[in-house]
Amino acid sequence: MIQLKRMFLKKYISEVFGAVRSLLKGMRLTGYYFTHHKEIITQQYPDNKEEMRLPDRFRGEVVMLHDEKNEHACTGCTACELACPNGTIKIITKFDITPEGKKKKALDTFIYHLELCTMCNLCIEACPTDAIKMAQNFEHSVYDRSKLTKKLNKPGSKIREGVE
Amino acid sequence: MLSIENITHSIDVWLNRTFSPTVAVLLESLIVGLCVIGLFALLGLVLVLMERKVSAYMQIRLGPNRVGPGGSLQTVADTLKLAMKEGLTPDGADKFLFNLAPFLVIVVAMMILAPVAFAKGTQIWDINIGVLYITAISSLSVIGILMAGWASNNKYSLLGAMRSGAQIVSYELSAGISVISIVVLTGSLRISDIIASQQDGWWLFKGHVPAVISFIIFIIAVTAETNRAPFDLAEAESELTAGFHTEYSGMKFALFFLAEYVNIFIVCAIAATLYLGGWMPLHIGHWAGFNGVMDYIPSSLWFIGKTFFLIFMIMWFRWTFPRLRIDQLLNLEWKYLLPLSMVNLLLTALIAIERWHF
Repeated sequence: MIQLKRMFLKKYISEVFGAVRSLLKGMRLTGYYFTHHKEIITQQYPDNKEEMRLPDRFRGEVVMLHDEKNEHACTGCTACELACPNGTIKIITKFDITPEGKKKKALDTFIYHLELCTMCNLCIEACPTDAIKMAQNFEHSVYDRSKLTKKLNKPGSKIREGVE
Repeated sequence: MLSIENITHSIDVWLNRTFSPTVAVLLESLIVGLCVIGLFALLGLVLVLMERKVSAYMQIRLGPNRVGPGGSLQTVADTLKLAMKEGLTPDGADKFLFNLAPFLVIVVAMMILAPVAFAKGTQIWDINIGVLYITAISSLSVIGILMAGWASNNKYSLLGAMRSGAQIVSYELSAGISVISIVVLTGSLRISDIIASQQDGWWLFKGHVPAVISFIIFIIAVTAETNRAPFDLAEAESELTAGFHTEYSGMKFALFFLAEYVNIFIVCAIAATLYLGGWMPLHIGHWAGFNGVMDYIPSSLWFIGKTFFLIFMIMWFRWTFPRLRIDQLLNLEWKYLLPLSMVNLLLTALIAIERWHF
């Protein structure tokens, strides 16, 4: 009985000290933030448009990579279209005739509905040839919703040599 | 030398010379009333801005920085906005009580200011039961909150008001006992006597460990009494939208908001008076040289500095600690603070009787 009482008292006191210690720990962190203003992460957006740097993992929209010869790496395999959880991507394919006279499936139009996109990154992970990636542009406001439906492959572009 | 004491004295002399004594007293009451209202407005603006800036820096943000230099006019703009808004009274509300509640809360806050000593010789009313008066009046503010919650005819308001009632009634005990421990050490309820007794050092340092413990308990209890985080169950934004003032808008809401901040100022001023010597400069025993240097800083600055330090501490608590649940809140008071403060009061009494304090 006495031992039980002692146990209780010990627990009571250690609880008080534990609580005080954890509260002081929290206050030390907020006190550190209060005195160290370099930690501030606020971006004063329209003012710092030039020097603003977004975190690497920020995702703004899907773009298709084109090199200087206006060639992309998209084979039109529709893996991204299948991976997309809400039907943001629609791929229209066509058949090219290779020099050997064989028919080959190729990309005709890569339609991207920005207004439906949740920036989940699943299409980029599904792409076997790294043809698309996430860009950091986030200033998407337009006056007409239809302007948000984009064609990602540039006019006249074709698939890069050697990409299967 | 130019000091508040001299200015008030010369105004008093001039009024008494120009008018009959009755008119002079009436005019002085008017001036004091205007000063209190002005102080309230100023405190509301300064403290809200301070809170927003402190919270911003503690949460790694910038806070208001657009209106005026460095955002310093933000609260003025907010006040103007609130003044322009319509003060709605809901259909199902008890109209009389609903409209009375904010004024009751603010009047209670004004009444507590009476015995507070702002600087040397600057006190509205130096009654001989100053501390008792403060504890008695500060328990009245819960009536305003209950009135607001009941009259709103809204479940959130009622829940918030009931929580606030339970909270203030229980924490009043610890706060009262902490205050008594200083009264025991001083042997007087008069505020000016309590400050004078700290001529050779503040009670926080003179009273050994029990004074420190009662100071900590007092700060915890008044944080709860002013309904501030971590004890802000009465408004608990995430649970009760805004608690007892959910239905209020416009200037009536502004009065509740103002009363909250003025109450913080008042409890911090009382804590500064009881434990940190009020306007008394930092004196250490009989070191005449050191004490002389400290006396060069005006007493009003000492008072404001101590009060704002304590306000900053309470803001620091708010932006660090998570909110307690209602049962945890009552546990903390009845199982931890109350036994501790009772034992502490006994120790303080022992110190006072044996004259162990410095």
